[in-house]
Amino acid sequence: MTAGIIKVGMADFNVTKHPGVLTTLGLGSCVGITLYDPLTKVCGLVHIMLPSSKAIKNNSNLAKFADTGIPLLLEEVLKLGASKSRLVSKIAGGAQMFSFSNKNDIMKIGERNVQATKEVLGELKIPIIAEDTGGNFGRTIELYSDTGILLVKTIGHGMKQI
Amino acid sequence: MGISIEELNSMQIDVLKEIGNIGAGNAATALAKMLDRKIDMNVPKVEILEFKEVAELLGGAEVPVCGIYFRVEGDISGSIMFLLPLKSSKVLANMIMLKEDESEIFDEIDQSALQEIGNILSGSYVSSLSSLTGLSIKISIPSLAIDMAGAILSVPIIQFGQVGDHVLLIETEFHEDKNDVKGFFFLIPDAESFEILLKSLGVLQ
Repeated sequence: MTAGIIKVGMADFNVTKHPGVLTTLGLGSCVGITLYDPLTKVCGLVHIMLPSSKAIKNNSNLAKFADTGIPLLLEEVLKLGASKSRLVSKIAGGAQMFSFSNKNDIMKIGERNVQATKEVLGELKIPIIAEDTGGNFGRTIELYSDTGILLVKTIGHGMKQI
Repeated sequence: MGISIEELNSMQIDVLKEIGNIGAGNAATALAKMLDRKIDMNVPKVEILEFKEVAELLGGAEVPVCGIYFRVEGDISGSIMFLLPLKSSKVLANMIMLKEDESEIFDEIDQSALQEIGNILSGSYVSSLSSLTGLSIKISIPSLAIDMAGAILSVPIIQFGQVGDHVLLIETEFHEDKNDVKGFFFLIPDAESFEILLKSLGVLQ
């Protein structure tokens, strides 16, 4: 369990296999998407910031967007030996950290990120077997390659395994 | 669409830095008036940083911080975030409430005191921006969150993320007697507004 914790930054991704652990710290409106193959114990984690790369001029960083980050992560776990038919996904994040009475698009970015994530995973036919999304608080997540368990830590909202 | 931070030339960056200086100076004066105390301020540091570097500045993505967030509307639209390490938040709340509480617990009164401080600091910041540019700019009621630095920062960073991979950050340090308060201002014009802002300052054709 303690071997090599790999940190994934914002708009970044990484992959590993048993016994590695992948983590991303302080997810707010961003969404952390994990892919896991229970047989080969290959796993991957991407930390996306925005739903779509299409509306944005500066979109060279594929890991920043749900529509490009998830396919990129898929490609990388397959390279490491995962089988697409066995892959399962868990997602966390997509909170709304600040609330305003007049809700504009930018404030609902967390919700839009979660929605886009589900659409992309749906198109890729990867089942989402667990999620911890929404709310108004931050999350740190850790994905354990030996079991596929995703540990979600918060400040003041407890800790859970999904 | 708009211009991104990466495309700015050194003169444009200098002008934005200077605005940061003036705005933070006004904010410190407003704070001194509100508390009726002498407040000293260091020369603010104005930096353009990569996303990853910002959380490190605050001690890491998991460190709890206090964020006060405003929407900006008028001739330009965007957001302002005023971010304080927890210790500094407590010092400020104590100054306003005239108490000496060492804990890291923020009750409702502490939170509304911090919102009010955020309001005054951001208001004076925006009014100096408004008088320098001749633009009419208004700010919304503040919204406050105390949570992991990464989670709070994700809000302004996502907004910057639509125009580039860097953020413009103003770091200010206030001192009152032996109390040090460190605070960070993020000014985040929406994509289209960045151009309006630079044009009104005469540094973009």
